[in-house]
Amino acid sequence: MNGSLNANHLLFLGQGALWTVGLSLIALIGGGAVGFLVALCRVSGVRAVRVASSAYVQLIQGTPLLVIMFLTFFGLPPLGFSVSPLAAAGASLTIYVGAYLGEIWRGAIQSVPRPQWEAAEGLALSRTQRMAKVILPQAVRIATPPTVGFMVQIVKNTSLASVVGFVELARAGQIINNSLFEPFLIYAIVAVVYFALCFPLSRLSQRLERRGARGRTTLMPA
Amino acid sequence: MALTLDFSAVLERWPSFLDGALLTLELAGIATVVGGALGGVAAIGRRSRHAALRRLCEVYVEAIRNTPLLVQIFLVYFGLASLGFKFSAVTVAALALTINVGAYTTEIVRAGLDAIPRGQIEAAEGLALSRAQIYRHVVLLPAIERVYPALTSQFVLLMLASSVTSQISAEELTAVANYIQSDTYRAFETYIVVALVYVALSFLMRAGFWTLGLVLFPRRRRLGTPL
Amino acid sequence: MLNQATGTPPDPVVTLRDVHKSFGPLKVLEGVSFEVPRGTVTAIIGRSGSGKSTALRCIDRFETIDRGEIRVCGHRVDAPGLDLRRLRQDVGIVFQSYNLFPHLTIEQNITLAPTAVKGMPRAEARALAAEVLAQVGLGDKLQAYPEQLSGGQQQRAAIARSLAMRPKVMLFDEVTSALDPELTGEVLKVIEVLAASGMTMVMVTHEMGFARGIADEVVFMHRGRVHERGPAAMLEAPTTPELRQFVGSGL
Repeated sequence: MNGSLNANHLLFLGQGALWTVGLSLIALIGGGAVGFLVALCRVSGVRAVRVASSAYVQLIQGTPLLVIMFLTFFGLPPLGFSVSPLAAAGASLTIYVGAYLGEIWRGAIQSVPRPQWEAAEGLALSRTQRMAKVILPQAVRIATPPTVGFMVQIVKNTSLASVVGFVELARAGQIINNSLFEPFLIYAIVAVVYFALCFPLSRLSQRLERRGARGRTTLMPA
Repeated sequence: MALTLDFSAVLERWPSFLDGALLTLELAGIATVVGGALGGVAAIGRRSRHAALRRLCEVYVEAIRNTPLLVQIFLVYFGLASLGFKFSAVTVAALALTINVGAYTTEIVRAGLDAIPRGQIEAAEGLALSRAQIYRHVVLLPAIERVYPALTSQFVLLMLASSVTSQISAEELTAVANYIQSDTYRAFETYIVVALVYVALSFLMRAGFWTLGLVLFPRRRRLGTPL
Repeated sequence: MLNQATGTPPDPVVTLRDVHKSFGPLKVLEGVSFEVPRGTVTAIIGRSGSGKSTALRCIDRFETIDRGEIRVCGHRVDAPGLDLRRLRQDVGIVFQSYNLFPHLTIEQNITLAPTAVKGMPRAEARALAAEVLAQVGLGDKLQAYPEQLSGGQQQRAAIARSLAMRPKVMLFDEVTSALDPELTGEVLKVIEVLAASGMTMVMVTHEMGFARGIADEVVFMHRGRVHERGPAAMLEAPTTPELRQFVGSGL
């Protein structure tokens, strides 16, 4: 059933793009939750917690997302867990994104200036209060530009969900190509759609970074 | 029966894993060297006096950084084919990875170049060095030194990302794992093993870059300043 | 012939004639003229913002001028066809912030330009480095990295680096301003010795006492113009109120 690219194909690609956005949001929310936990564990007062969270980060950052995808999608069913493509992709991205966001946010927490920690301690706040009321609000400001920047990585990485058969944008392109066999044209369109999703985020992150740099220099005490 | 793990059938296939790991390192090595050089050139291009060249380098960087590697690989693969070139999957993989990492390297090196104080360049100009000589002797090495940790991370990420080239049947580590799991019906064990091999390769690469840093930056070695 | 017509001493190494320069709307130089005869030392003094550093930087074409004429060692610095690298082989410049290359040893800092620009053999360049470093009293610092030296030593090494190019004229741009008072002396001494050896020099400086002691001619700049010009003795008895005020505040 060879034919030429028509409105239905574009609609199908559009649907795929929506799933790319949806999967990105799942990864951001799931990975954000895991990452938040990881970041807190990495600066914990308990050594064992620090070591365990650091090991998690090292392992995940040393493993390709593709392998994590295969591990959850193909590896779990033989062990008796059945996993849908969406669940496999969502879980893999959550695990993966969690490690990277965890590191970004740990860096942000630790770059809150030392005197702030000491001032909070001097006020006799508990560790939780110090974190919640003094450190985290400042860390959020520091962490925003790199987090927005990492969202670009998330969107691009959702394309790997195609390998477990989840129909997002890249998979939608493959499916259309299987019937039309116009690979260059179709992947070029797919690339343009990804670009349209990612480029605004990239620009936003750059802008935030510049604004942040300005803000920090003016806030710098003499 | 469900939760018994058996690694023996998988571990028996270690020569295949080794072959795959070697190809992964080869792909990463080629892309690191060629892509790194490409990135260095494009970073200089982004600071060129010629607006058209600056723009060209910017378009390259933004196009690559805002699209997935998987799609880039398909575009190179099918693009070359439609132009009538017949290359092996490994060649296409190396090419796509090189183009990809070149764009990221461009931005990292550019940040390093921008951080070189203006006075360094003026001092070199005052000594009658040419623009090319200034880049070569005065600017490039300190710029790379500044961003060396970021470059290291980027090249390790590239090595991991080379797993995506399994999708065009380059027989690297992940592709090998796919065969082995379909042969042994031990998917979980296979991918656990292969994940650990990747972790080991990451560690190896970081150690390699650390050692290379000692060679590249003798001042660090002499004065004991950490990177 | 020209010299006789303008009444200047023969053979000026540096000539500025009616030099104008603006940064955007800001006029920095408004008709600056002076000459530097061979083998003499000229000190440019003035308040910050008077245009003295800009005037110096124009001599080595670190700034391009809007109007006027600059001649340096036979080069028309303001001409579009200027061979910039030839000019800079003839002119040595030392900056306030030393600007040694941090990743190179002191020896490599010095041998870089002679080998890369002049194609000097490495062994010869090494010998030259040892020679110029001895000249500034740093003969034992060949293998040190810049950050291992004090500010005064770094500045002396920077002077040695310029000398290694065998320049016909040396420019010093507030070379002691970034140094602690106790370190300026060692740098000034090096410059003194250099002056005594007959090197043609132009220096922008805040060190009034030093200028008085070493300069053959002092150029006092005020609001982008040469306000007064004369032998160093004019600092003892300033004629214009501006110079009197400046010298008074400087002491």
